[in-house]
Amino acid sequence: MAADLPDGPQDARMRTIRARNRALLLVLIGLVALFYALTFVRMGGH
Amino acid sequence: MSDLPTTAIAPVSSAAVADYIQILKPRVMSLVVFTGVVGLVMAPGHLHPFLAAVAILCIAVGAGASGAINMWYDRDIDRVMRRTASRPLPAGRMLPGEALGFGCVLAVGSVAVMGLAVNWVAAELLALTIAFYVFVYTMWLKRRTPQNIVIGGAAGALPPLIGWAAVTGDVAWGAIALFAIIFFWTPPHFWALSLYKADEYAAAGVPMLPVVAGTRETKRQMLLYTLVLWPVTAAPWLLGVSGLLYAVGAALLSLLFTVSAVRVCRDQSDRSARRMFVFSLAYLALIFALLLIDHAVVTPMTPVWGGAA
Repeated sequence: MAADLPDGPQDARMRTIRARNRALLLVLIGLVALFYALTFVRMGGH
Repeated sequence: MSDLPTTAIAPVSSAAVADYIQILKPRVMSLVVFTGVVGLVMAPGHLHPFLAAVAILCIAVGAGASGAINMWYDRDIDRVMRRTASRPLPAGRMLPGEALGFGCVLAVGSVAVMGLAVNWVAAELLALTIAFYVFVYTMWLKRRTPQNIVIGGAAGALPPLIGWAAVTGDVAWGAIALFAIIFFWTPPHFWALSLYKADEYAAAGVPMLPVVAGTRETKRQMLLYTLVLWPVTAAPWLLGVSGLLYAVGAALLSLLFTVSAVRVCRDQSDRSARRMFVFSLAYLALIFALLLIDHAVVTPMTPVWGGAA
């Protein structure tokens, strides 16, 4: 079965890329949340 | 089959998320963040806790950006030194352009967010810190003079000023005292490391003081700097920024730091230098922890000459 075969370099590379993409997604979501909260805090002061 | 020309193949990156984190120099960042927090807490005035957290985040990201650009520029000498050979760039896990781009985006982003969210004085100081570390220390001084870490140390000493300016919008003598502590701590800290890594620095062509002036002169200068730290660490107390608890604790720590330098002077082996390097990290962390504790439990006294700190 293909599932029993050891991971090749291509699989490892795909995993690395997927992990990078997930990290980038989290950073982007974090930035959106940061600017959303910043807007409330800054506007709340006026 | 595709009809697209295939004359050039772009290099492929194998950098993992951990490599991106590693080029931010997280251990250096932790000390930078801590000293920035102390500057922010010690400053007179009030800053919304969320904005304070954003300011600290910007200081951390700015410090990380400096580290990434530094690793991009120093990738040739990092390859030569055992201590740095496993970093993502010399190890070939990350492309130079990736590190440079990552560093630049973080640098611009951290300064912009600091300016928009907190204030532009703090943002300008953050920009100055990054620029000083990258252009003055990394590109200009590091490979040219044994005074590289003395002058370049100013970049590492600026975070408390940024934290202070985030609250007050300006820089006061109290903040400059915090800057001075880190500035005068930096040479004995790095020279302790360079004493037992002198062969690696020499191989890489970095003119650290032990390489250029020898171990004896380096040890003498390290001792002098620990003596200078006595009045410098007393400055926050003299300025009325902190109380007697801090002053006594700082004097005790400075005494231990000087004793550690004396041991280095007397020891012909690397053992004392290694110990001093480790202790120097604890010394700075404890000095700033004392400032925090003192600030939390003791009401600061009036400055000795009655002016505002």
